[in-house]
Amino acid sequence: MSEEKFCCGFAGCCAAPKIPVVSTSLTAQDILGAWKVRFGIGRMDYTVEPGLYSIGQPDNASPVLVSANYKLTFDTLRKNLCALDCWLLILDTKGVNVWCAAGKGTFGTEELLYRIEKSELAEIVTHRRLILPQLGASGVNSNEILRRCGFSVIFGPVRADDIQKFIACGYTADQEMRIVKFTMRDRLVLTPLELVTAAKISLMVFGVLFLINLFAARPFGMRDFLAYTAAVLIGTVITPVLLPFIPGKAFAFKGWLVGILGTALIIWAYGWFSTPFLLLGLGYMLALPVHSAFLAMNFTGSSTYTSPSGVLKEMKIALPLIILSLLSGLVLILIKTLGG
Amino acid sequence: MKHKYLSNVSTLEYNTERCRSCGRCTEVCPHGVFAIEEKKAIVIAKDSCMECGACALNCPAGAIEVKAGVGCAYAIILSWFSGKEPTCGCADEDNDVCCG
Ligand code: SF4
Ligand code: SF4
Repeated sequence: MSEEKFCCGFAGCCAAPKIPVVSTSLTAQDILGAWKVRFGIGRMDYTVEPGLYSIGQPDNASPVLVSANYKLTFDTLRKNLCALDCWLLILDTKGVNVWCAAGKGTFGTEELLYRIEKSELAEIVTHRRLILPQLGASGVNSNEILRRCGFSVIFGPVRADDIQKFIACGYTADQEMRIVKFTMRDRLVLTPLELVTAAKISLMVFGVLFLINLFAARPFGMRDFLAYTAAVLIGTVITPVLLPFIPGKAFAFKGWLVGILGTALIIWAYGWFSTPFLLLGLGYMLALPVHSAFLAMNFTGSSTYTSPSGVLKEMKIALPLIILSLLSGLVLILIKTLGG
Repeated sequence: MKHKYLSNVSTLEYNTERCRSCGRCTEVCPHGVFAIEEKKAIVIAKDSCMECGACALNCPAGAIEVKAGVGCAYAIILSWFSGKEPTCGCADEDNDVCCG
């Protein structure tokens, strides 16, 4: 533990002699690490050791903040705690952020009770208050915590950068601090991962196309590659980033709409709407926009406002249409490719 | 710009009779679905509900019910194959699709 880069010593509290002190400034390495996980590199082991940490010079009256052991979450939190003296109780969420972990139950009632006991928190602080991130509320039953260990739970703001204000206001959050946002910046930082995932699947598609090319009368070339890549970018980057500005509510519809505009533009530019290529042009018009639609629909998993009932409804309508359109498009494309 | 998802789909159910006016639901809801009016919780934005389950879990009076889950298309597709409830798969080794 003492080897960790964010630690700068140990708090000399007599009740618990070895509580690591955490620095509130991030190093270049922390920032590089954050970018790596956003691109899906080494994402799964980006964790910190669960347990109790101290920030500044807390005493037995200092507030206790609870968070997850995903390093990105931990870094965002400590960065926002400068000039504050407090305790930080980190739960073992297996390296998952607070909200997802709460949904899975790892940021949960049992784990919190266990960490309170294991860290001997009741001996370190004299008050009986815990500040939890609001998004942990779907995993933690605050009534149960109070009943079973005597600590009362206060749900703090959604965003870590409101914490100082929240504490200064006597542990109250205004409506603004309580609402989850999904800004263009939030969406933008999620897109690299969408793109990397789609690219991995695309490698398989390219493999199949390469095999087909061995028998093709009209082999796939650079133009086909560009049209396909555009469809992937539309589904994984353009639709997510422009999300609220695109008409419609269902993600699949939004992706399809941008997809059909983008594909039409490309096919038209290639001149594939005219006779020798018409079959190919139509095939792509059927196959590519629904590919964008499918990728956009997967972005529901990253969004902060889609309900499972809504997603299920969307999928039940969209999936059959996507499959139908994709298959008929592929048939047309194959006729042209193999028949010439 | 405010995001809007499908209307009339949320499984949220709220029973005013049981409400003890503690205000917890307004504290935990990330989408401002509840408000307190005349000392009782009221539902003011049901279509914003994302079924996270935080309100139902934390209501001391059992006044709220919702079928909580993950609103993730990928998780739902996986659940059709596995036959289990959809879960956010972000911590599983072979899946790094959802959740930033
Ligand atoms: S949490 Fe339950 S009891 Fe408290 S205000 Fe909301 S509905 Fe009423
Ligand atoms: S389930 Fe979540 S989003 Fe829906 S009302 Fe309850 S707390 Fe709000």
